[in-house]
Amino acid sequence: MSKPLDNRAWFLVLPVVALVAFSALIPVMTVVNYSVQDSFGNNEFFWNGTGWFKELLDPSTDLGGRFFDALWRTLLFSALCLLIEVPLGIGVALTLPRKGWGVAASLVLLALPLLIPWNVVGTIWQVFARRDIGLLGAAVNGLGIEYNYAQTPLAAWVTVVAMDVWHWTSLVVLLCYAGLRAIPDAYYQAAKVDGASSWAVFRAIQLPKMQRVLTIAILLRFMDSFMIYTEPFVVTGGGPGNATTFLSIDLVKIALGQFDLGKAAAMSIVYNLIVLTVCWVFFATTTRSQSEAVQ
Amino acid sequence: MSGAALAPAALAKTRAPAESGALRAAVPRLVLGLYILFLLVPIYWLVNMSLKTNLEINSGMTLWPQNPTLEHYRRIFTDASWYSGYINSLTYVALNTVISLAVALPAAYAFSRYRFLGDKHLFFWLLSNRMAPPAVFALPFFQLYSAVGLFDTPWAVALAHCLFNIPLAVWILEGFMSGVPREIDEMAAIDGWSFPAFFIRHFLPLVAGGVGVAAFFCFMFSWVELLLARTLTTVNAKPIVATMTRTVSAAGMDWGLLAAAGVLTIIPGAIVIWFVRNHIARGFALGRV
Repeated sequence: MSKPLDNRAWFLVLPVVALVAFSALIPVMTVVNYSVQDSFGNNEFFWNGTGWFKELLDPSTDLGGRFFDALWRTLLFSALCLLIEVPLGIGVALTLPRKGWGVAASLVLLALPLLIPWNVVGTIWQVFARRDIGLLGAAVNGLGIEYNYAQTPLAAWVTVVAMDVWHWTSLVVLLCYAGLRAIPDAYYQAAKVDGASSWAVFRAIQLPKMQRVLTIAILLRFMDSFMIYTEPFVVTGGGPGNATTFLSIDLVKIALGQFDLGKAAAMSIVYNLIVLTVCWVFFATTTRSQSEAVQ
Repeated sequence: MSGAALAPAALAKTRAPAESGALRAAVPRLVLGLYILFLLVPIYWLVNMSLKTNLEINSGMTLWPQNPTLEHYRRIFTDASWYSGYINSLTYVALNTVISLAVALPAAYAFSRYRFLGDKHLFFWLLSNRMAPPAVFALPFFQLYSAVGLFDTPWAVALAHCLFNIPLAVWILEGFMSGVPREIDEMAAIDGWSFPAFFIRHFLPLVAGGVGVAAFFCFMFSWVELLLARTLTTVNAKPIVATMTRTVSAAGMDWGLLAAAGVLTIIPGAIVIWFVRNHIARGFALGRV
């Protein structure tokens, strides 16, 4: 089933191209423009060539050191989120009922955190984890464990990761559940006849059927955790110290806080390229392995 | 003798699998219940806090409000600087959803039905905008929308959110449309339907679920976003999410009011989920299952 070739289809995509180009190309050009210039305020700009990029990519400079610290923190954060959310999401998806009134109820409750504004998610965890007024903070401290996310980096990290798990695992659950629902009952009956264990059913039937949705889940979770800004900003403000200053937070500090346009622009471009490259590599390798699996 | 001795043993043998089967059925429910509890406890804490007086919040830990009060909610609904935030937010979310769907529908149809020059590159370029960190765009958007005179209007936020909502809408709709057999298009052409008439009267009802899901996603990502919405507004179009952050930093910690405002931002989302609950699983797979 190959689609017919018809270049008139361009008329149908033209509105999208025009709108997205307006929203994407002009800002990108602005960013590229700033990234090669230096400004001393008053709208005076001086050509700086690749100066900002050299400084940014050299860890021994002030800017470079700051950039790489934030980059490792963000990568660690994304890795932790994926490592917890993907297995947990698969696990919870497997426990969801397949029919009955419980399905709709569970789905609605599961989806609830996804529709809460991100700064409200931050607020929820702030009031939940504070040691003076929060249930979690008071309970953990009551158990005799010193826990104060505003003071110790470890507590801040635990809070931020727990918040992300709370906020986004449901996305993985819903995607996996969609994949599981597409498995015909006959597969399970055949497995039952063969006397397959539930682990064998999972490995041979459920996991392969979830591969496509898992690809989408991992891509979305990587992108969004790597670009996270609002939630940790509300809860920890990037602190204590710089312990939870992720790339987005640092970038906004440089761009809108210090109005250091050249540095911020160079950082934006490198940041954006990292996301694009990781997504492209992941996408290319998974789709290749999938098409090989089909053959 | 031996038969009587065997009987209880056989009975025990048949009962054991039944019991372990019941146990096996109970474990998933327990896991699911615990997970949903983990999701709901923080939300309960927010609701709990919104119904307490600030005196009670600050004076000690209580698991439920001792003197429940609706004072915080009353303040939000009577103070224009608060309730206008909700109106502003809903305005740009609605604008964004309508714009995104209006332009994404024909584009998704083109991608699902035809090959054309540069289609794959175009598709990846569109999706790559979904991967751009909003932090990158905050400053250029501020300058762009100031330059065209849209700064501090709902239009600025609605158009800015199109950057990531249009690609997503195209992606979801393309998935749903590809599930509709092409013979339907051909039959309609043979029957003499013009393309716009066919598209609106016959094709759209077939992908109604997809349109609902795409609208849901546009609503969702526009409603939850803070960074761009805050950067592109100051006074007249200030969204509720920005009102919340600014009040926190300016007036100290009015926890009760903050919690009440937070609870009210959860409600529109909850209503929208209820409407799409039957399509949600397929929609989250972007129509590709």
